[in-house]
Amino acid sequence: MVQTKASAGFKAGVQDYALTYYTPDYTPKDTDLLACFRMTPQPGVPPEEAAAAVAAESSTGTWTTVWTDGLTDLDRYKGRCYDVEAVPGEDNQYFCFVAYPLDLFEEGSVTNVLTSLVGNVFGFKALKALRLEDIRFPVALVKTFQGPPHGISVERDHLNKYGRPLLGCTIKPKLGLSAKNYGRAVYECLRGGLDFTKDDENINSQPFMRWRDRFLFVQEAIEKAQAETNEVKGHYLNVTAATCEEMMKRAEFAKEIGTPIIMHDFLTGGFTANTTLAKWCRDNGVLLHIHRAMHAVIDRQRNHGIHFRVLAKCLRLSGGDHLHSGTVVGKLEGEKGITMGFVDLMREDYVEEDRSRGIFFTQDWASLPGVMPVASGGIHVWHMPALVEIFGDDSCLQFGGGTLGHPWGNAPGATANRVALEACIQARNEGRDLMREGGDIIREACKWSPELAVACELWKEIKFEFEAVDTL
Amino acid sequence: MKTLPKERRYETLSYLPPLSDQQIVRQIDYMLAQGFIPAIEFEEDPTPDCHHWTLWKLPLFDARTSNDVLAEVRECRQEYSNSYIRVIGFDNIKQCQTVSFIVYKPGTGTVRY
Repeated sequence: MVQTKASAGFKAGVQDYALTYYTPDYTPKDTDLLACFRMTPQPGVPPEEAAAAVAAESSTGTWTTVWTDGLTDLDRYKGRCYDVEAVPGEDNQYFCFVAYPLDLFEEGSVTNVLTSLVGNVFGFKALKALRLEDIRFPVALVKTFQGPPHGISVERDHLNKYGRPLLGCTIKPKLGLSAKNYGRAVYECLRGGLDFTKDDENINSQPFMRWRDRFLFVQEAIEKAQAETNEVKGHYLNVTAATCEEMMKRAEFAKEIGTPIIMHDFLTGGFTANTTLAKWCRDNGVLLHIHRAMHAVIDRQRNHGIHFRVLAKCLRLSGGDHLHSGTVVGKLEGEKGITMGFVDLMREDYVEEDRSRGIFFTQDWASLPGVMPVASGGIHVWHMPALVEIFGDDSCLQFGGGTLGHPWGNAPGATANRVALEACIQARNEGRDLMREGGDIIREACKWSPELAVACELWKEIKFEFEAVDTL
Repeated sequence: MKTLPKERRYETLSYLPPLSDQQIVRQIDYMLAQGFIPAIEFEEDPTPDCHHWTLWKLPLFDARTSNDVLAEVRECRQEYSNSYIRVIGFDNIKQCQTVSFIVYKPGTGTVRY
């Protein structure tokens, strides 16, 4: 390999990045952290030079040579662009693959990885746009993370719920209910057959409902519903707060009153706060639900930002037992193949490279617990067959309007969803095709469940046709 | 408009009408097809925080057909007719429980076996 260190002393000046950071002959090591960027260079900038600049700016490089370069072994620490591919069907877009040596990153710190990989480089002038598409975390680094506090199978054991998706609902209106009225809404949902209810993400501790009052009324609702139905119930108590100290204070109180699950917003709260909370959750036996406000700001543009699969992988490392992942079918539609690609990355232990699903690297999670995907937003009873078919058992389906909007109220609305879910599970296990016979299965259950029949009248039956759309 | 009556439930499939013999057999068939190991649990007065119901004999490692499992359910029911009975399933590869559904509730009048 060519030695990058100059043997002839320090020579000040600006060098082409490609000389140092573009190494197409390099074979990535198992211990390297690999990243794939979608890169749009400024007109006139050759892709190899732009790609090398990405590798440089996200690792050891600075715009000019510095004498202290001579005191380090650049070959040991530099990021290397080892491949550049034109993006099919796009003009002047390239996938740029970079390998980073393991030593560039602090153990157990998602914050540190992101500060390097998506720091200065995203404002780099030679690039018109840049998007981080995927990261391969080497096993050597994965093993330095705790990850989800409990994971899917431990959560099921806590809840005593098997062989079906979990059911949830976000309490609405989002803002403005008093704590006592809020607790009633929770109780009615849970007694009707939901497993969980959820604080909306922007419920923290506002003048209309302070956090401690909410926690107490909600916990009473959980306990009452649990005693009445004989099933385990929970409510994601949002502990997201202005400071980490306040967040931890709320988490401690939640544990003290015996609530089974709390909630955090990982992007607005930040990865450092999230990782701290996730570790506390494992130590204290509290499940952790993760909301993703702000994700669309980061992941919505195709040519700039960070793809959600990267944010999801980062969350799995940082820690969370649930993570919102889109519904594929509801008001917040996502492309099915791509969505299921990152759902696999959330809950499977080993995921093979598959470009058709947006997975650029094979990822070995080395027994890190799995994260349960949460499908939420604009879904109702008629969506149930497709949701069960697409997400399978290890998921949490959340019907907000689809529960609270029921003409008879929350409890019958919850029952309608639970009946629809169990009818689909029974039918699937009996070998029926949910995508083809889903409507019939729901209609059959309407005959004996008046709650479901009313819901089915209110919301219109929908047809699904999935077109394979290649968004790569 | 109707108020939802208060009712005790027993997790997966407990919001459906009581399963017929034939329906129970199909659920067990599915479990066996997935490669899960069936077992039977019973408990007289289960509460939500009661994770372990008493195990009937041992998990049915040698069960080949759903009828093998049903025969054990029948026997369990005969001996513990005051108890709730559920069929559960284990995945020894993922080393966790994956299935649980209620097959008998005492005092409901409908003895199905």
